[in-house]
Amino acid sequence: MTSFFLNGKAVQVDVDPATPLLWVLRDSLASTGTKFGCGMALCGACTVHLDGKAIRSCVAPLSRVAGKKVTTIEGLSDNLTHPLQKAWIEVDVPQCGYCQSGQIMSAAVLLAENSKPTDKDIDEAMSGNICRCGTYPRIRKAIHRAAELAGERRAK
Amino acid sequence: MSAPAMVGRRSFIRTSAAVGGGLVVGWYAPRIGGPGGAVSAAEKDFAMNAFVRIGTDETVTVVAAHSEMGQGVYTSLPMLLNEELQADWSKIRVEAAPVDKVYNHPVFGIQMTGGSTTSPAEWERYRKMGAVARMMLVEAAAKQWNVDPTTCDVKDGVVLHGKSGKRATYGSLANAASQLQPPVSVPLKDRKAFTVIGKSTRRLDTPSKTNGTAQFGLDVNIPGMLTAVVLRPPVFGGTVKTLDASEALKIAGVKAVEKVPSGVAVIATGFWPAKLGRDKLKVEWDLGANAGISTEQMLRDFSETSKKPGAVAKKTGDPAAALQSAAKTITAEYDVPYLAHAMMEPLNCVVDLREGSCEIWTGTQFETVDRAAAAKTAGLDPEKVKLNTTLLGGGFGRRANPASDFVVEAVQVAKVAKAPVKVVWTREDDLKGGWYRPMWHDRFAAGLDASGEPVAWTHTIVGQSIMQGTLFESFTIKDGVDSTSVEGAADLIYGFPNLQVDLHSPKIGVPVQWWRSVGHSHTGFSVEAFLDEVAHAGGKDPYELRRKLLVNQPRMLAVLDLAAKKANWGSKLALGVGRGIAAHFSFDSYVAQVIEASVGKNGEVRVHRVVCALDCGTVINPDTVRAQMEGGIIFGLTAALKTEITLKDGRVEQNNFHDYQMLRLFESPEIEVYMVPSTENPTGVGEPGVPCVAPALVNAIFAATGKRVRRLPIRVSELA
Repeated sequence: MTSFFLNGKAVQVDVDPATPLLWVLRDSLASTGTKFGCGMALCGACTVHLDGKAIRSCVAPLSRVAGKKVTTIEGLSDNLTHPLQKAWIEVDVPQCGYCQSGQIMSAAVLLAENSKPTDKDIDEAMSGNICRCGTYPRIRKAIHRAAELAGERRAK
Repeated sequence: MSAPAMVGRRSFIRTSAAVGGGLVVGWYAPRIGGPGGAVSAAEKDFAMNAFVRIGTDETVTVVAAHSEMGQGVYTSLPMLLNEELQADWSKIRVEAAPVDKVYNHPVFGIQMTGGSTTSPAEWERYRKMGAVARMMLVEAAAKQWNVDPTTCDVKDGVVLHGKSGKRATYGSLANAASQLQPPVSVPLKDRKAFTVIGKSTRRLDTPSKTNGTAQFGLDVNIPGMLTAVVLRPPVFGGTVKTLDASEALKIAGVKAVEKVPSGVAVIATGFWPAKLGRDKLKVEWDLGANAGISTEQMLRDFSETSKKPGAVAKKTGDPAAALQSAAKTITAEYDVPYLAHAMMEPLNCVVDLREGSCEIWTGTQFETVDRAAAAKTAGLDPEKVKLNTTLLGGGFGRRANPASDFVVEAVQVAKVAKAPVKVVWTREDDLKGGWYRPMWHDRFAAGLDASGEPVAWTHTIVGQSIMQGTLFESFTIKDGVDSTSVEGAADLIYGFPNLQVDLHSPKIGVPVQWWRSVGHSHTGFSVEAFLDEVAHAGGKDPYELRRKLLVNQPRMLAVLDLAAKKANWGSKLALGVGRGIAAHFSFDSYVAQVIEASVGKNGEVRVHRVVCALDCGTVINPDTVRAQMEGGIIFGLTAALKTEITLKDGRVEQNNFHDYQMLRLFESPEIEVYMVPSTENPTGVGEPGVPCVAPALVNAIFAATGKRVRRLPIRVSELA
């Protein structure tokens, strides 16, 4: 039995601790917002936060998260209130949408660590996430917009 | 229940009360051979086939006859409908249509999404559905108020009577409206009165795609469901000779290992044990006939084949004589590789097979074909198979498989699993699984007159036929020419007086399929790059030469001029940066692009800026058109710079995103999109952004370096 915190709630799962977190989330905990894209940490679709850092859940064994805090797209905010979600909607970033959970979770760590990222910062933080639909120009725009929105929120 | 109104030769608008209250407007296609007016479908069935339902709670549900794979139809179809209905946009919901012939593509005659045709094909139907609903709601209100319907107005889901100040919401009128006869004549708004069409509208599906709630096929979970992965042969067409599953069966969670026609299925409690089990399988394969396939050899063979005349796709004037008498001739050969679609959501399919029935959940572009194939595999009538279309995590053509490969295989697995089962493809399965954009070879010769003008153009194409063996074969292949192999070449819009295009369609044991922009993905590249060579050989500016050749193509000329103007064609660029131009007509849309690019010391290509102009007729959602161009351009850049599927000894050499690389954010250029205003009917948008990208880029590289790239993907080693 492995215990960890998923989006603030304590969860326990009884699977092989070598199982990648991605499949624990999707198959054992019915938390399907986190996506499978490559299984080799090459595409970023499975990005989640482990104690506030972005990790690729497809290569992170369950044992690695034992006792720790995991945040998935479902836990980013209630009611789409995270500045990134607001910006994503304002800029209409997604096309097929499949990679966007991972994109947003990568961007969330960037914004948490850097309140005003430059284009170069965005290049570095986001180039591990593939979007086959080609929403990159909008991802960039939406991250800048989210930084603005977050700044406004702090100023209030 | 009410009588049908005839709105087309074979189609009838039907209206009825919704189960649980409300108004339903739909389309009824009489059975072929049935009496014209005799509508016999049960009311319940009819409600299932609705295009729009207006609930007493004010909810307006638009039923989408086409799949959402990122191209935005779950927003543009409701926009079309609401142009006429004028409901409160915030009350609109979208759901995927069930499989039924009422949802058949108005042109292709099956239920499907492809060919960049959703907006063109539905341009009238969805507006008519909205108009019928609005007219009936207005009539219901007028009756209640005892006024003339023509004195009533509608706004944001409310019927208003100006004189009396009376008002009633659509929801409050829906039940009364459902008791009325549908209108006999359904006039549509004049385009000058449009308030929805042409206005950038935020996509309805975006919120669900930013919080993890969007449901893709891979997210489907039904009670008692198992998960399977399939070990497929290392060579196309291979079969299992011997199987030793003993180690696989020792993995905790593995329930069964079974042979299926496509390979060996490992069925388990979840993906991970299934995959671990598959890793432990010991299989000896009979490799079959395709173990010798080598793409290196194919490159040589295609080049040899292209020296011989093929089936003639187009002949104008006397190209042979014109070449002979030309002041100057140039020739060139172009190559493009097999390409995988590589949608971010790997293929998957959930099947619940029961005695006498079957239910399927999958993200598909090909509902009618998939349901028929599933029914055949299950030994059931198609009506006994319920297929639920989920959101698609990318399609690009792959999810409209002519053999329904991923659906048929899942039904086969369900037969042996004896439980509901989800078949999941890994990324490796997807990349190695075939159904690629074909390899193509394009050989050209052009003759120039003394002033450098092109007077003759010959183009020989070598590549597998996509349409052969599909249900589209009868109307796409004529006299040995698959029209999709030569599209963009045989229907060249440049005015060459002497033109010949011919085609060789070798049969090779690698399954091929339509891939975003289909034949245009090679003709756009090769024709537009070779035309650049012709311009330079004749001492002409590539933009000015195109202008001259497009004298009888006003729409393309306007697009070309707009792209050139926005890109400041002819202005000075930074040292080392080159500018390339390309124009291409595809899916009835006109596109031109100008790319600025440079090449580094080690041959690495940097794309700085892409300017795209297009004429796609009437624009429904401008921001979606922009998004499709941006996406098409990045898709095209990936093909130009990164990807190829190669085979050696019949085996696909690529595995995952490390050796089949996608363009990433840091490589993504600035993209500008400009639309030529038009009052023509809408034309394609999903695919036309792709074909110009590779030629504009290689033309820019030539401008920057003097090096001509004739083979994709662009190789750093050739530019260093």
